[in-house]
Amino acid sequence: MEVVIRTFPVLLIGAGITLGITVISVTNGCILGLIAGLARLSKRRFLSFLATCYVDFFRGTPLLVQILIVYFGIPYLLDGLQKYLMANYGTPQLFDSTEIPRFWAAVIACSLNSGAYIAEIFRAGVQSIERGQMEAARSLGMTHGQAMRYVILPQAFRRIIPPLGNEFIAMLKDTSLLSVIGFEELLRRGQLIVGETGAVFEIYLTCAFLYLIMTLSFSRLVDYTERRLKTRDRSY
Amino acid sequence: MIEVIDLCKSFGHLEVLRHINMRVAEGEVVCIIGPSGSGKSTLLRCLNLLEQPTSGNVIIDGVSLMDKKTNINEVRQKVGMVFQLFNLFPHKTALENITMGPIKVKRMSKQAAEELGRTLLAKVGLSDKADVYPHQLSGGQQQRVAIARALAMQPKVMLFDEPTSALDPEMVGEVLAVMKDLAREGMTMVVVTHEMGFAREVGDRVIFLDEGRIVEEGKPQEIFTQPREERTRVFLSKIL
Repeated sequence: MEVVIRTFPVLLIGAGITLGITVISVTNGCILGLIAGLARLSKRRFLSFLATCYVDFFRGTPLLVQILIVYFGIPYLLDGLQKYLMANYGTPQLFDSTEIPRFWAAVIACSLNSGAYIAEIFRAGVQSIERGQMEAARSLGMTHGQAMRYVILPQAFRRIIPPLGNEFIAMLKDTSLLSVIGFEELLRRGQLIVGETGAVFEIYLTCAFLYLIMTLSFSRLVDYTERRLKTRDRSY
Repeated sequence: MIEVIDLCKSFGHLEVLRHINMRVAEGEVVCIIGPSGSGKSTLLRCLNLLEQPTSGNVIIDGVSLMDKKTNINEVRQKVGMVFQLFNLFPHKTALENITMGPIKVKRMSKQAAEELGRTLLAKVGLSDKADVYPHQLSGGQQQRVAIARALAMQPKVMLFDEPTSALDPEMVGEVLAVMKDLAREGMTMVVVTHEMGFAREVGDRVIFLDEGRIVEEGKPQEIFTQPREERTRVFLSKIL
């Protein structure tokens, strides 16, 4: 118990980092997801194909593998490309490190992963709006883009708040996978403390407890928002 | 005002409209009647390209809809449409539903649009409902707001797609009353309807559609009292 109290501030900072990386990733994911989700619905085949490839890849492979690819794979690729360019075209050396900062690897991997899931949430949200809404908007002379922006998306946004909240909670837990590349979020910090102190059970349980506090309070928030939206617009 | 030339529309192998020719003069009220599945709604939806015709042409106010250079969004501003299920925007108040077209499409100032919106709400008898959301309105009220929304674009033509079919019987009258007023003011109207009373009273012309073809057309009295075609007679005997 004494160990837990002594190391608690360190874990708390870890929890803050976990929360931070989740907020950043899900925010980026929303932007990526909106773009990819709309692209999937596009009549332009190529655009929709690209978006489908993106979504399928990141939803169909484990986040752990994606993290490893981003952290180890991308620098390797960049380094290889640089060596090739230097050898064949005599370009100067642009960077000399074969590592990318853990923080950036974490942001890139989690954002891309989250974007793929959110793309599907957006797509489902837009598709759940009755066809008559688009027709009514178009019949007033709105372009497809205007109809999306002023009529379809505002309605879709309200419907996707609950699944978006679930995605946030899932991502919050999944960031623990970032411990494998040594990114010092909550779990990684716990591992390091365990290494020092050997207090396996106490520390991991504390980590679990901190995750639980974060996920529970966030799911309460989602429930509350959902209920408020429901009472406001009963027709949805 | 509207000219339909040899219009055909197929969904896959299903021919919904076969060689439709019709004209609607300015200020005329044309009612389209016919059994369900006869293509009435599809015909109406071809008039503002909510359905893309397979062949033929539609000319609205001198503009060919099938011409690739035609900006359909400009044409649609001149053609108001009222739907069976109202299709009001649920996240907007009655007034906002009406002002959205003028503000976003015509770039009208918010103030001018709201003034216009309130005038139109008064016209459809809903002055007190400006700040109410659609789900707080009855079906008949929603449909009247939908008519006001279409009118806000100051269209030259109004299309009505079974505007009273989804309403409880006691609400049909209030919507038809608004439509009668419009007709009296000289609005050009094409109305797909099952309301034979309305067609008889307000319609200048009735078109009977069956299996994608115009079977018969004429003045309401003629069609309703002495139809020339057997199919019209059978249809009318079932519904009158």
